[in-house]
Amino acid sequence: MASGKALSRISLTVAILSWLALVFSDLTVLFSSNTKVVTGIAEEVPFIFRSIYFLALFFFFKYRIEKAESVNFVDLLWRVFVTGLLTTVFSLSLKSIDLIIGSLGQNIFVLNTFYLINLGLASAFVISTFLVWKRLILYQKSKLLMRGWQVFEYGLFFSIIFVFLPDGLMYQIYGITLSILVILGVVLSVNMKWVAYLNFKQKWKSILLLFLILLYMGYFYINITGFEENETLLSLHHNTVLLNAMFIFIFVYSLLSVLVILFNLPTSSVFEQKLGEVVSYQRLSQSIQTETSEEKVYEILLDSAISTVFADAGWLELSQNGKSKSEDDASKDSPYSPYQDHLVYFKYEIEDTDISEIKQILKKNKIRGVFDFNSTDRAVNYSKFLSSLKHSNFKSILVFPLQVQDATIGALVLLKDVSDGFNKEMAEIAHNFVNQAGISIENFRLLTSALENERYREELKIAKKVQNSLLPSLLHSNTDFDIVAFSKAADEVGGDYYDSYQVDENRINLVIGDVSGKGTSAAFNMSQMKGVFHSLSQMDLKATDFFAYANKALSSCLEKTSFITASYFIIDKKKRRVEFARAGHTPTLYYHRDRDQTEFYENKGLGLGILRDDNYPNYLEEAFVDYKSGDVMVLYTDGITEAANFKNEEYGYDKLKTMLEIHKNKTAKEISELIIDDLYTFVGDTNVNDDYTLLVLKFK
Amino acid sequence: MINIDTVVENGVATLKLRGDVDASSSIDLDNAISNTKNAGHKKILIDAVELNYISSAGLGVFMSYIKDFEKEGIKLVLFGLNEKVLNVFTMLGLDQLLSIASNEADAQKLINA
Repeated sequence: MASGKALSRISLTVAILSWLALVFSDLTVLFSSNTKVVTGIAEEVPFIFRSIYFLALFFFFKYRIEKAESVNFVDLLWRVFVTGLLTTVFSLSLKSIDLIIGSLGQNIFVLNTFYLINLGLASAFVISTFLVWKRLILYQKSKLLMRGWQVFEYGLFFSIIFVFLPDGLMYQIYGITLSILVILGVVLSVNMKWVAYLNFKQKWKSILLLFLILLYMGYFYINITGFEENETLLSLHHNTVLLNAMFIFIFVYSLLSVLVILFNLPTSSVFEQKLGEVVSYQRLSQSIQTETSEEKVYEILLDSAISTVFADAGWLELSQNGKSKSEDDASKDSPYSPYQDHLVYFKYEIEDTDISEIKQILKKNKIRGVFDFNSTDRAVNYSKFLSSLKHSNFKSILVFPLQVQDATIGALVLLKDVSDGFNKEMAEIAHNFVNQAGISIENFRLLTSALENERYREELKIAKKVQNSLLPSLLHSNTDFDIVAFSKAADEVGGDYYDSYQVDENRINLVIGDVSGKGTSAAFNMSQMKGVFHSLSQMDLKATDFFAYANKALSSCLEKTSFITASYFIIDKKKRRVEFARAGHTPTLYYHRDRDQTEFYENKGLGLGILRDDNYPNYLEEAFVDYKSGDVMVLYTDGITEAANFKNEEYGYDKLKTMLEIHKNKTAKEISELIIDDLYTFVGDTNVNDDYTLLVLKFK
Repeated sequence: MINIDTVVENGVATLKLRGDVDASSSIDLDNAISNTKNAGHKKILIDAVELNYISSAGLGVFMSYIKDFEKEGIKLVLFGLNEKVLNVFTMLGLDQLLSIASNEADAQKLINA
């Protein structure tokens, strides 16, 4: 860029210097020919400087115009206009000075100087205009066009050297060369693609600017030829092919442009409309990524459709299910029907009363096609969606179904206040919009559900962490018993819970529980259970009272369909007794060493949260066992007894009992490991879809 | 998956459950009971002969209606529960709160008592 700027500055300097040199050398030559004083400056020198001046101007404007970043055509024309204005005003002010001075105009030196100034200004204007025109013609270039232009440009360059040819030869080929260049210029002038990209307002502006440019050209032409009529007075009388060819070319192109723009004026609205469609399409498809709601997509759809088919009013109606993000099972979506209640509306310039009136009219007159989307044929008959309407405000209607994943979720309705206001092209556009919107909404929903799944997974991770932190790393025990716990949560977060609490030196409280449900709510309820256990344990309660209080506390915070099953144990070292109660939990398995017997304690009980009133304790039964050395107590959750194998058989109570009977003499750790091994062997490769929790106590 | 057919005969609405009631199908069970209740039926029989399995979510549905039914004088009797399903009910203690009959005849007697 810097080099471009430098080049433009250098070329400007060269242009100014060469022009000054031209004036000086020309006047000197003139002086010498008039006074016969030999000045040593050849007659050709002014021509050389004039050629350098042209070239320098060419490069100066080339850098200024070709590097201009703006591709706005009106801006380019504006540049030409300003250049023209400056040069013309300058030239005119010289002329007025000339008029005031009057007599001086007859002086040959003054006349020549004026001529050279005018020539300098005119050529600056012509060359700059030429380069702007080049840019306009080469907008959307092809290889052929580029070649043609290059020939034209080189031809013009070549014509500069004509002045150095002998007079006779020059006049012979002058006409031919000029006409070849003019023909080439006219042929190139056919390229007017830029006109199509102007909107209506820009076209009017362009016409005005071009008209003024033509005026300047006329002025300069008259001005220069006015000088050149006095051929005898001028030293530089040789008319240049370059300037003439450029002049004619610019004139022809300006004239053609004005005409083309003029003829294009009536159709420009169509082009603008097409462009508008493209932009609307883009907006619709971009709205998938950027908009945060489906509502926005619907609004854009309505706006775009209304503006591109020039509708006077319209609305977009959607079934409520269609609008919801369909995160629940899709089968519950009731299909859309135009006459159902509770539709969601997006309106444009229309009242609710009008909508219901129009629907009444359609229903009464049984207008086929409109609002009848049931036919499944793929071939679209656009006339099907069009109809005239007998309504006080609106005379024509256009209705399209909005479909997402092959299900109709709503309809787009467009209205006009004249009959036959919509044609098939408009219907086609609207149809395309509706289709595009359908795709946008589908994508939007997919994206939303993907995000929701991701969020859900994150939530589960957190819940699992919470759950793990709720289970104690070590259970309390004393010299009377060993305790081993095994707990394995399913992939999903479950609600198995166990904990212990040392009441005093003799007593340890133990709890095992199972919270109904899975996921975050289960983890949450489990944490409440932990709170309840730790606070009530300090109150030194009987096992049944513990549950009575726990039920009261939990009833107020558990959801209506949630409950917790639990077993609560008070292990008393002094009495060598376990007192316990069961709140709907799996019955405790116990091995009595003294009578070598294994049994389930199925004492009466009711899950926490099932009965949320004062009657709850009536459904509980307290039990106790005086433990002896070698007794084994096994606590577990229903995940173990209900664990199923591939044949859908459950592990069950019997297997558990048998396992204990076989391994009763082993340590707590061994018993636990053997039961879990047996369980896994039974279940096989089936996925673990519930929590397994197993606690084994062995008394000493 | 659960399939629920509702038959009304002699003022008794019978909901025949077929299949499994798990976390997702418990919603269907809830809807079916709620619809029967909203239709104004005061005597509801649950035919569980072909009920293979019930999860804690399914139990939660039955549990959630106990209080309401008591208040509104609606009688609900279950019958035909297989051993596994019955065990789930009794373990939780729901057998103490719900009327459970072994067969349809007993259930009819219980509900019309």
